[in-house]
Amino acid sequence: MKNKKRIFTVIGWVVLVLALVLMYLPILTVVAYSFVDSKTVGASGEIGFALYARLFENERLMTAAGNTLLIGVVSAFLATLLGTVSAVGIFYLKRGKQAVNVVSQLTVYNAEIVTAVGFFLLAIFCNNVHLPVQKGLGWLILCHTVMTTPYVILSVSPRLGQLNPNLFEAGMDLGAGQTRTLFTVIFPQLIKGMVSGFALAFTLSLDDFVVTNLNRGEVNTISTYVYDSIRRGIDPAVRALSTVIFVAVLAVLIAVNVADKAKRRRAAK
Amino acid sequence: MLKRKAPAKGIFALPYAVICVIFVVFPLILLLIYAFRGENGGFTFGNFAEVFTNSSNYMALLKTVGTALLATGICLLIAYPLAYILAAAPFNKIAILALLFVVPMWMNFILRIFALQSLLSMLGIEKSYGAAVIGLVYDFLPFMLLPIYTALVNLDTSYAEAAGDLGANAVGTFLRTTLPMSVPGIISGVMMVFMPCFSAYAITDMMGDSNTAVIGGKIDYLISQNQWGVGSALAFVLLVLVIAVMVVGNLVASSRNAKANASALTRGGSAV
Repeated sequence: MKNKKRIFTVIGWVVLVLALVLMYLPILTVVAYSFVDSKTVGASGEIGFALYARLFENERLMTAAGNTLLIGVVSAFLATLLGTVSAVGIFYLKRGKQAVNVVSQLTVYNAEIVTAVGFFLLAIFCNNVHLPVQKGLGWLILCHTVMTTPYVILSVSPRLGQLNPNLFEAGMDLGAGQTRTLFTVIFPQLIKGMVSGFALAFTLSLDDFVVTNLNRGEVNTISTYVYDSIRRGIDPAVRALSTVIFVAVLAVLIAVNVADKAKRRRAAK
Repeated sequence: MLKRKAPAKGIFALPYAVICVIFVVFPLILLLIYAFRGENGGFTFGNFAEVFTNSSNYMALLKTVGTALLATGICLLIAYPLAYILAAAPFNKIAILALLFVVPMWMNFILRIFALQSLLSMLGIEKSYGAAVIGLVYDFLPFMLLPIYTALVNLDTSYAEAAGDLGANAVGTFLRTTLPMSVPGIISGVMMVFMPCFSAYAITDMMGDSNTAVIGGKIDYLISQNQWGVGSALAFVLLVLVIAVMVVGNLVASSRNAKANASALTRGGSAV
């Protein structure tokens, strides 16, 4: 029995390490070659920070990165606000709960290209009835907000069930209006779900390509810039950008982990 | 503040309901309208005829289904053992291990695919159908791994122990307790990989050759070339497919639940 366990542990380690190596090999190769000034990965070139300098000189790429960040932050903020208010509303809804849930599930499971075409046709419709809609940054922020709100609802909803059911009435008995109660009494209780909802919405927005590609007009994000430049040959500076993003993701995750551990240690004391 | 009766908190769902109608339901109606609209604005089945008789359209759809099935199958074959190992002792005590598998998910997927493509071309592997499938698997693996891992980690191990005590060998125990109980995780993993494959034309374009493209790329091309009718019809067919898969997935999940409940009742001896 004990022997079996040991064999399982050894095999387990081998498999896991192998899988992790395969998973990280492409990324680490790009990170390594971000310090080599060559046209492609694998070709030789001078070692140094030349690609990083190029990255900051590549205006189109820098604008694309800025757009990506701007769309991500603003749409995630809006989605968190809208999603949390809606989650509260849906939670207390007496009728029509099922209908709202089905529609928001549809956005989650629907093929992204169908959603993208839907937004595209909506923009055309708006133009036909002379609504001032123009594809570009604002429209993309709107699309991303609608697209990510269901995920915020999904991450806030479970926390609502754990709330004290009298909290809302308590706030109103103490003289706060409904909206004020929502923002000052209910929201602070949901903050954990809101934070994870924001993180989810933000990464989904950063990661998006399909909806963005059909609705961007002339605006570029990192995804569309890289995709567009496949045919012309990708600027090696993208390797430097990948490295910066990878390091940023790692730093955020490590910071979250460390903060979480410190919090738990404090709680244990 | 006299008008205060019971607060109608459901009102907070209203903004979202309105947005859903405008941005989710209405676009689907527009999709339907454009799919049935001829060039002169009249009603037509022509766009659907184009989808189902022009081989380049329906072959692209069929090929995508095949590619999606292949990528989903490979993902499942790789992710299940990984999830099983991660969820078992001693690995389940090391929280960072599972986290390491999802970190790449946080990076922009086009940059990840760019990295994979750079590595493969450095190793001399050309753009091909195989490379495209590798790209899909590489990108979607965490989405298969995570739900299965969650299902396995929350599994009640006493069933497996009981099966062992009753004389089942390791394989029998796995096949008759652990595997059936992890099916909900498998279903959501399959849904989370299979569906996105249809839209993942960025991956197949970057990794594959000219005839590997998935249907999403075709739709994007048609729409951006102002062929809104045929594009909408194709998108509508895809939507029907998505709904069918969703319904089947839900049915399988709920029939499993019903079965589990039934057996729980018989096990309990008397029903309530």
